[in-house]
Amino acid sequence: MSILVIAEHDNGSLKTATLNTVTAAAAIGGDVDILVAGYGCDAAAQEAAKAAGVGKVIVADNACYEHQLPEAVAPLVAEVGKGYTHILAAATTTGKNLMPRVAALLDVDQISDIIEVKGEDTFVRPIYAGNAMATVQTSDPIKVVTVRTTAFAEAAKDGSATVESNAHTVEQSKAQFVGEQLSKSERPELTAASVVISGGRGMQNGENFALLEKVADKLGAAIGASRAAVDAGFVPNDYQVGQTGKIVAPDLYIAVGISGAIQHLAGMKDSKVIVAINKDEEAPIFQVADYGLVADLFKALPELEEAL
Amino acid sequence: MKVLVGIKRVVDAYVRVRVKSDGTGVDLTNAKMAINPFCEIAVEEAIRLKEAGAADEVIAVSIGPAAAQEQIRTALALGSDRGILVQTEEALEPLAVAKVLKAIVEKEGIDLVILGKQSIDTDNNQVGQMLAALLNVPQGTFACKAEVKDGKIEVTREIDGGEQTVMLDLPAVVTTDLRLNEPRYASLPNIMKAKKKPIDTLSAADLGVEVGSNIKTLSVAPPAERSAGVKVESVAALVDKLKNEAKVI
Repeated sequence: MSILVIAEHDNGSLKTATLNTVTAAAAIGGDVDILVAGYGCDAAAQEAAKAAGVGKVIVADNACYEHQLPEAVAPLVAEVGKGYTHILAAATTTGKNLMPRVAALLDVDQISDIIEVKGEDTFVRPIYAGNAMATVQTSDPIKVVTVRTTAFAEAAKDGSATVESNAHTVEQSKAQFVGEQLSKSERPELTAASVVISGGRGMQNGENFALLEKVADKLGAAIGASRAAVDAGFVPNDYQVGQTGKIVAPDLYIAVGISGAIQHLAGMKDSKVIVAINKDEEAPIFQVADYGLVADLFKALPELEEAL
Repeated sequence: MKVLVGIKRVVDAYVRVRVKSDGTGVDLTNAKMAINPFCEIAVEEAIRLKEAGAADEVIAVSIGPAAAQEQIRTALALGSDRGILVQTEEALEPLAVAKVLKAIVEKEGIDLVILGKQSIDTDNNQVGQMLAALLNVPQGTFACKAEVKDGKIEVTREIDGGEQTVMLDLPAVVTTDLRLNEPRYASLPNIMKAKKKPIDTLSAADLGVEVGSNIKTLSVAPPAERSAGVKVESVAALVDKLKNEAKVI
């Protein structure tokens, strides 16, 4: 078996999601290579070469891959991936955007968001917002798979893979990159943070998220939100933790003013320790919380900030 | 401009699904069914394009059992012009769905396809991207904003860490994210009018599409349960537990 892992990176550095994907690849077994497609992406490629257990890093460094548009990268991955039994990427927005396009070019199915490797062709994935776990088997000649990063640990960074370049280019003009607006934050990224504190509809408005920020500052935590809080316009959508938002599994998850809708639980119930603060003692969030505090969050949050 | 929207009949988002005891799937007996929420957003976006004069015709297609007619009728009541049901009793994998949609796009001469980014039952998030690949057209996935400009469409996409904007030639495939719009409710007069709108029913074979798949679902199991922990009396007690018992801070 031979597995091609598609690197997630921003040219300048490798995203840790790639290391989680390498661990999933190792669970399948066989040779693991990484493909880094980008422009001026040498730094990312060098980092990829340090991922433990990786034999080879293939670098496609060309202007046509600068913004990693799937219209350009998918044909490259399909071309390079032909020689492999598996092609894996993280189930991030980048991986989800790319991999089905790759699979269709190869005329094979794609398996989304796996949380467990049962064998070289058998995987477990959540369906119905995590209310059921399906074990699926594929007999496709090339298995195209996306990996839920929170379900696999990061591979160590003590490897020394060889780096080789790939000169394949893809000419396309049907899709053009216009711009990017990334949220600037001093805080750790939601999906990578070891502590996450999230607010729900109970926060009442966006300004009140300042109360969460103060606690987050003390804990070095990332800030998240429930879909209800996003829908109400309190915070942007990229704060959203849940089945249709981000999936997180930190050491400590603090849910504040969140009732605990199924869609939210699906995004955080694999956290190691869950704390719920809610004034409604009947809130479903308490059914999954290790520590529940029935309290008015407007009193509890300042107290918590003080106590930390 | 002709717009195609895909709609999937799925279990209502507020129904709590349970896994069957024999592990073959989830029990949907008598469960309330609805249009997949992301598909509803797709329908709304298509109708807004028509209201703005950018689209001439909106066609709603569903691939599923005969009962999916109900969801097509809903899309017609919301303002779609006509419906197509590709009837199949078996659940198709995303690649097969994309192949069926490709045949319809080519048959109807579609300029823009709008789909939900994922369905809330199988949670695959694949069909739009696959369809774009099969048609060799650009894709704007997880859209929170879409604007038709001079024969192109500018799509702002929800990505990890923020937003990305791309300009796509038409024809193109767009998939919807939550913030794209807020779907309207169908009015009673429009529900009545929708009953007169046409729905064509055909099969994948009529379209010359092979819908087999190499994926088999071996079993479906309930997720690991997480049991409720303890209630603490105060913030001080909570901090103490986190420090000394859970040792996470």
